[in-house]
Amino acid sequence: MTGPARVDVEGWGWRYAGRKLPATREVDLVIEPGERVLLLGASGAGKSTLLAGLAGLLGGSDEGETTGRILVDGAPPETQRGRIGLVLQDPEAGIVLSKVGDDIAFGCENLGVPAAQIPARVAEAVASVGLAVPLDRPTKALSGGQKQRLALAGVLAMRPGLLLLDEPTANLDPEGVAEVRVAVEGVVAREGTTLVLIEHRTAVWADLMTRVVVLAPGGGVLADGPPERVFAEYGEALAAAGVWVPGRPVDLPVLAPVSAPDAVLRASALSIGREKGAVVASGLDVSLPRAAGTVITGPNGAGKSTLALTLAGLLPELAGEVVAAEELAARGVRRPVRWRSTELLTRIGTVFQEPEHQFLAATLRDELAVGPRALRMAPAEVDRIVDELLERLDLASLALANPFTLSGGQKRRLSVATVLAASPEVIVLDEPTFGQDRRGWMELVALLQREIARGRTVVAVTHDADVVHHLGQHRIRMGDAA
Amino acid sequence: MSAATTERSRTAWLDGVNPVTKVAMVIVLAAPLLVSIDAVSAATALLLELLCVPLTGLTFAAVLTRLVPVIVFAPVAAVSMLLYARPGGTVYGTFLFATVSDDSIALSLAVLVRVVALALPIILIFARTDPTELADALAQVAKLPSRFVLGVLAGARTVGLFVDDWRTMSLARRARGLGDRGALRRFFSMAFVLLVFAVRRGTKLATAMEARGFGSDIERTWARPSTLSGRDAVALAAALALIAVALGAAVVSGAFRVVGT
Repeated sequence: MTGPARVDVEGWGWRYAGRKLPATREVDLVIEPGERVLLLGASGAGKSTLLAGLAGLLGGSDEGETTGRILVDGAPPETQRGRIGLVLQDPEAGIVLSKVGDDIAFGCENLGVPAAQIPARVAEAVASVGLAVPLDRPTKALSGGQKQRLALAGVLAMRPGLLLLDEPTANLDPEGVAEVRVAVEGVVAREGTTLVLIEHRTAVWADLMTRVVVLAPGGGVLADGPPERVFAEYGEALAAAGVWVPGRPVDLPVLAPVSAPDAVLRASALSIGREKGAVVASGLDVSLPRAAGTVITGPNGAGKSTLALTLAGLLPELAGEVVAAEELAARGVRRPVRWRSTELLTRIGTVFQEPEHQFLAATLRDELAVGPRALRMAPAEVDRIVDELLERLDLASLALANPFTLSGGQKRRLSVATVLAASPEVIVLDEPTFGQDRRGWMELVALLQREIARGRTVVAVTHDADVVHHLGQHRIRMGDAA
Repeated sequence: MSAATTERSRTAWLDGVNPVTKVAMVIVLAAPLLVSIDAVSAATALLLELLCVPLTGLTFAAVLTRLVPVIVFAPVAAVSMLLYARPGGTVYGTFLFATVSDDSIALSLAVLVRVVALALPIILIFARTDPTELADALAQVAKLPSRFVLGVLAGARTVGLFVDDWRTMSLARRARGLGDRGALRRFFSMAFVLLVFAVRRGTKLATAMEARGFGSDIERTWARPSTLSGRDAVALAAALALIAVALGAAVVSGAFRVVGT
């Protein structure tokens, strides 16, 4: 069967094995061939579960319990491999093989496409996503946007009638977002493929979609209709549920710009890199104004994260020196990279891009206590700090949960809280808003604004124009990679 | 050659040999050297293998660079033989359990040459072999289960991600005030987190592969057909001949010795 696929969802629900409540239930939905559906809903409403169900990837009865049914072209999706293509949020997650051409061919091989036809299919898929790289290019050498287009090409080579995209641009820089959007638009325009897409940042996709479906948190469908009508009628509820509704700006102050006369950290003629001999940027003159927000922007590969980690005293400078203000000196040393780990703790805190990289303990309580204990504070003092942070960041009900089991937004807040526990003068964050929905985003930015108001210096590496708008009192723009 | 999915420059004669044949060649070249233990057979094999370098597409400099770890390690094995092998012939000195004698000197030389002679064919034969091509050959020519071969191949690709994870976690521990003490404990806690990442990444990878039809009942095709040709027969015969000459030289010179005699 070829051409766009039809989808019937009839009273469908799914409960993961070991969970009390179903991830989603009572969903009724008919998607006609060629429709382009934007799937929305609060975090936990079961959007991704529904998408995995449509892809036939939820597994058998040992993985969970299903009610109702899903049909793609009148048959269960598990029997329709190749008719259904899925692209996920994490650009690393969709790549199987180490070379571009081999990876795209992988799906065709599995579907038993005769070997003689595969090169033509690969060439067609590459052209349709505009991925102009040699087929023997290593997949690890691609940028995030290229990786997502590769994932899309791997799916298109199977000639699917139904395309499922789960936040395909949430982890990309603005260039990557634009690349993927153009590629998807080209495909649906040419092939008329049925499209179902999940995305909090609706502005990127809204004009491409013919229909918006909003899942209700308790199960079922909350709203269903053309984008303009759904956004007009349910705008407020959607915004409260974390969706970036077009035309609804965030309600946070914009901090006044500073001209940086009083620097907490300063560096001139700085060369940076992850290891010796691998300079990613050089000749940088940087100063971070005290008690203000600084944003570091620039294209992929420009060395933004490397600069942040160097300023944070985690990576040694390859040339030049990062020098802290007089009053931050430890044992008379003013270079952060020369400080001891415990000295760094109270001076510069770092929030890593992936919160899980910095988690150390089995419960939130212990996680927050790591820093204070390393500083050898009295148990009563540790408890006071931990309790205050749990309360302030709305994590108190999860105090005994394992950090790894939290939602994306909760993990992000916890990773910031672990840093605040040691009260550092400077807080460095790497892409703090990646993958955050509108609600998580607002909580985070509001929190950082409060820290600035308390006299802290905040430095954020970001691709997010809204972060630049709300925290960018001082802006550092990194150039293109040399 | 293979389908248009791969456009690699192929110049060396050995590049046209199927990876499965290469595995067989390594076994042919290495196995006799594992059971014999004289300097002549190993040295002859080593010399003949070096004469084959131009066929492999590697430069002598590249071969030498890859041999460095072996050359550094080989004397360690040789020195232990020199000191602790069963004494025989003239004894030159004794200290506690260590005895240096004619026999132990001969054995230590033999071991030194042998370690290099064992490592060299592996380097020569596999230095330019692409893992994907090896997997294709193992599945199509050696008929190993494709699910297993492709699973391992896809999993191996993620190793680089774990290296990055490890680096970032080390930085994060310093940032969180735990970088000054307890290196051993830190190592184990990071290893545990890495295990969590590995399980999670494996699950994601399996999902991605399944979404692209992997593991379905359909008979799989191969975009890069892996086949045997006359060249494979020639390559295997050459390996057999090489090792026969090496062992023959040892027998003729009277130096031939099998392990344990």
